[in-house]
Amino acid sequence: MGGEFETRWGKIVFYVLIILFVLMTISPLLWMAKMALVSQAELDAYPPTILPQSFDLTSFQTIFGDNRFRAGLVNSMVIAGATTVICLSVGSIAAYALARLEFGLRGPVLSMILAVAFFPAVAIIAPLFLQFSNWGMVNTYQSMIIPDVLFALPLTVYLLVAYFRELPLDIEEAAKVDGAGPMQTFFRVTLPLSIPGVVTTGLLCFIFAATEFLFANTFAFDSTTQPVTVIIPQFASQYRTDYGAQAAASMVVTIPLTILVLAFQRRIVSGLTAGAVK
Amino acid sequence: MAERATGPGTGARPSGGLVLGPLRTLTNEFTDKERRLAYILVTPALAIILAIALFPLLYAIWLSFQEIIINQSSSFVGLQNYVEMFQDPDFHSALRNTTVFTVLSVSLELVAGMAIALALSRAFKGRGIARATALAPWAFPPAIAAVMWRLMFQDQVGGGIVAYLIKSSGIYTHPILGNDAALIGAAVLVDAWKTTPFMALLLLAGLQVIPQDVYEATKVDGATSWQQFWRVTLPLVRPAMLVALLFRTLDAWRVYDLLWVMGNRQLNSLSVYVYNGVKISQLDFSLGNAAAVFVFLSSIAIAFVFIKVLGTRAVE
Repeated sequence: MGGEFETRWGKIVFYVLIILFVLMTISPLLWMAKMALVSQAELDAYPPTILPQSFDLTSFQTIFGDNRFRAGLVNSMVIAGATTVICLSVGSIAAYALARLEFGLRGPVLSMILAVAFFPAVAIIAPLFLQFSNWGMVNTYQSMIIPDVLFALPLTVYLLVAYFRELPLDIEEAAKVDGAGPMQTFFRVTLPLSIPGVVTTGLLCFIFAATEFLFANTFAFDSTTQPVTVIIPQFASQYRTDYGAQAAASMVVTIPLTILVLAFQRRIVSGLTAGAVK
Repeated sequence: MAERATGPGTGARPSGGLVLGPLRTLTNEFTDKERRLAYILVTPALAIILAIALFPLLYAIWLSFQEIIINQSSSFVGLQNYVEMFQDPDFHSALRNTTVFTVLSVSLELVAGMAIALALSRAFKGRGIARATALAPWAFPPAIAAVMWRLMFQDQVGGGIVAYLIKSSGIYTHPILGNDAALIGAAVLVDAWKTTPFMALLLLAGLQVIPQDVYEATKVDGATSWQQFWRVTLPLVRPAMLVALLFRTLDAWRVYDLLWVMGNRQLNSLSVYVYNGVKISQLDFSLGNAAAVFVFLSSIAIAFVFIKVLGTRAVE
């Protein structure tokens, strides 16, 4: 498929399609930004104005003046942060064993962890809801962190196994010759050398937990624990006609996520697609 | 995976060792120091899976044969929950909506994703930018993507740009958010917007491992680009396609946030049905749980069909 374009027209059509693709991908973001930044009068105007005619920060004042929105941002950070830390701790040692140590059940263990990625989350919300109710754990951070860890774990292990395997074996072997045990080798050599991979994995864990919705919507009852993904759709009912506030809230959440993803774009793509071709 | 040959379950072993072999290997597994360490290291991960996935799943299956009233007694009722569920009109609409959504969104994403992957596999100016933007929508929380698009689908207001464009082009002139069929169509578009680029990146990775000389050779043989795609590219990219398709289909099959938010809580899907039973109306807890087990079993069936049908065809 590589190589030269056969005709001049082929080239033009090709570029038009690529530009169309890029436009379709980013125009909803630009439109949300516009809606968040224009005046109420312009938001109500019909037919819509394509280019912004006014500039107004009222929408951002509305959402940041809302206690539930601010609490939601904090809750999201706590839930996603805790999920990331737990996943990286549990996942990195498991991934090291799976990548570097020899043991008979390695294949089955790896398959079992990866199978969770295909497991429908909705299948376990009823029993978890019963258990959490019995233990007085509904409407707590743990009720979301626990299932989030489960579902972020396969991705964590999968990526870290790939990163650990990429490291040159002879460095680890040299550590072994110097008398280091496998655990020392892991903490002193393997882990420090794969920091970029661990950071990328942590970022993906964080994004996963920050975008999770089903558990959050089921187990969190009020703004003391509800993350921002649950709070914003509620805005749609609360600020029913304040479209600017809804747009501003969406922007506040998605812009940092987008920047993070774009910054780590290359690593994320190579990590996530490694398994598809192997 | 070389050491798998020493593990239990491999075929080539003398017949007498069929029983003793695995046992002997198993005892070895726990006496060797390094092997023991490996098991210790994977134990926390396995414990999480057992405690949070496997145990709740078995519990859910057991519960599905019980009539449950929250905080009260439960009694064994056999298959009654499933019978009631299959007679429930809400379950019918959930199953229908989920099926339509899954078929439409996955086929659209596959075709569009393949086209984009083919385009991105060429070398051209701005390819890096195109590839980077492809990842942006993927990082969006689906619930928030749904909120954004719901705004753009609003009828007769300044923010409803998509509704306005669709209306003025004459494709569909009724309010989109007022009708289930139109809502599902809209949700398919939103899902395609969010996931097609990611699908394209997965397929692109598959395309990039195809050696260039395969194309050169068919070119020498006088094959057109069209023939090249069907006879060379498609068969070679099939394994990557199978993984991407399976993943996307199972993902679409459990769709929840997108339909729930886009439809302002009114649009039903299998997961929404489970949620409504478990969280909203606790009288239907048993039905919701039965539907959850149904989602699990049907996911296994889908995976099985995919691997069986597409997997064997890839070998031929």
